[in-house]
Amino acid sequence: MELLRLAVRSLWNRRTTALLTISAIAISVTLLLGVEKLRTAAREGFANTISGADLIVGARSGPINLLLYSVFRIGDATANVTWQSYRKIAAHPDVAWTIPISLGDSHRGFRVLGTDLDYFAHYRYAGDRGLEFAEGGSWGDLYDAVLGADVASELHYRVGDSIVLAHGIGSVSFAQHKDKPFRVAGILKRTGTPVDRTVHVSLEAITAIHIDWQSGMQASPEARISAEAARHRDLTPDSITAFIVGMKSKVTVFMMQRAINEYSEEPLLAIIPGVALQQLWSLVGIADRALMIIAAFVVFAGLLGMLTAILTSLNERRREMAILRSAGARPYHIFMLLIVEAGLLSLLGVLAGTALSYLLLISAQPLIMSHFGIYVRVAVLRPEELMILAGIVGAAVLMGLIPAWRAYRNSLADGLTIRV
Amino acid sequence: MQPPAIELEHVRFSWSGGPPVLSIPSFRVAEGERVFLKGASGSGKSTLLGLIGGVLTHDAGDVRILGQPLQELSAIRRDAFRASHIGYIFQMFNLLPFLSTVENVLLTTRFSRERASRAGADPRGEAKRLLAALGLRDPALLERPITALSIGQQQRVAAARALMGRPELVIADEPTSALDTDSRFDFLELLQSECAAAGSSLLFVSHDTGLAGAFDRTVAMGDINVATPLS
Repeated sequence: MELLRLAVRSLWNRRTTALLTISAIAISVTLLLGVEKLRTAAREGFANTISGADLIVGARSGPINLLLYSVFRIGDATANVTWQSYRKIAAHPDVAWTIPISLGDSHRGFRVLGTDLDYFAHYRYAGDRGLEFAEGGSWGDLYDAVLGADVASELHYRVGDSIVLAHGIGSVSFAQHKDKPFRVAGILKRTGTPVDRTVHVSLEAITAIHIDWQSGMQASPEARISAEAARHRDLTPDSITAFIVGMKSKVTVFMMQRAINEYSEEPLLAIIPGVALQQLWSLVGIADRALMIIAAFVVFAGLLGMLTAILTSLNERRREMAILRSAGARPYHIFMLLIVEAGLLSLLGVLAGTALSYLLLISAQPLIMSHFGIYVRVAVLRPEELMILAGIVGAAVLMGLIPAWRAYRNSLADGLTIRV
Repeated sequence: MQPPAIELEHVRFSWSGGPPVLSIPSFRVAEGERVFLKGASGSGKSTLLGLIGGVLTHDAGDVRILGQPLQELSAIRRDAFRASHIGYIFQMFNLLPFLSTVENVLLTTRFSRERASRAGADPRGEAKRLLAALGLRDPALLERPITALSIGQQQRVAAARALMGRPELVIADEPTSALDTDSRFDFLELLQSECAAAGSSLLFVSHDTGLAGAFDRTVAMGDINVATPLS
């Protein structure tokens, strides 16, 4: 206890260096914890984003690309699926349900997804959890929208508010569907998946807002069709971006996948979400291991910085050691003093780093979600993380043996002589 | 009869196999005695203090402190023995800059149970009493950082620390050489009376023979050391 007090006072006396050392360790720990949290969240998020779906079908591209845009709302589809093909597959006797997905518009940075009511009935995530409404309900009118939890909370929307969709998916879009505003009909409960950051409207609504658009441009003012007039047109879409399929029996999943992939009328791709998730994960997994190794090296560098700081302080502190010795401290007290110092510096660094990582996590959570579709949960440290942190302090104490041994030898050689 | 505070007989010391730098047939400081040890630098004073403190070990002869032959103790026990029975004051820079005045005085009781128990139930009060007795009464002074004290005040704090827990022996190694003449005598007087009050023997090492008159006895390094000095 006495040594701890002395170490604290001595460190406080050298607080600038100590603070810098602690900061270096803290930053490295923040990085390490951040990487660890991110990769855990990414892995969990991947597995939890979609469940219960047997196939995802889109225009023929890569399976990972299809998975990214249909489930994670990252990237864009290169081509669409015709409405005829969709209806044909949806009507197959082995198919239990389908969810159409139509992407391409946005609202203040959030993606707009056109779908039908089956989305709310059949979409499953994190095991067997379905979508639930926190407020309001699904759309009753053509120009009704259902918001994900984050969309509502970040933009402060309530049921009944009016919103305008933007053409395209940039967060700043100049082309707006101003003439056909939507009413917020319902807000979903938080799911921790990309659903939270999605604005849902009906497929018909998607058709309606684009009815007077051609190749990305709205028609000249005289050729425009008003919101009311659009209601009376045929709003069946020509095509959709992708669709999710639930089969009546798991046995038929592979057969159906093959049938869709060999579909002769248009180039389609059907993927099994679990398999595609695995593929994506094996790709991302390399990066995440590399990141982890880099983070570990950064922590090591932080600890080396601490070692350097303590070692360089030793010479100026020979007097301190000699005074302690003349006041009755034994050489092993001097030894322990330096071990305690290393332990203290690293412990404070680890604590500060942990606090900082939580701070960053809380503030960066929405950004990570919107940019990468990964929901990072802010939770207490897991046992693995605690082990890592304890390991860092342990390594610091081990490194502390080096200056401790030097100081021990110095204090034996110096005896009680105070060298100035 | 109490054993003498310091007793050296036929002591020889050399640095790792070299010629002997110290050869002392006999040197004693009786219990409660205050001895002035004078000698120029290089006369072996520091080596002698090293032997008495048990930091150095002699090659032959007996070094007995308070009747305890030091050569019979292990290095660890010698350290503990010194912490419990000897108080030290050095020339300057005796104090830890990051501790308060009182904390500096209390330092000796932190490393020795014996000194702590002899300092009584209220070591903080005892530290303040000692500081007051040495002329440091101002409470504001006690809270001020060490670096704000004058050298004279610092030496009094160092003396208070050496006397804390009433060690049987106080060794002062050139404690006044950084002080001006007036504060030199003040300091000496206070040190002497507090040593007397604590019942501590005092070995006062200095090259300043002007101070010798205040002591029971004066010993010249050249008189006790018969080793031929290195040219």
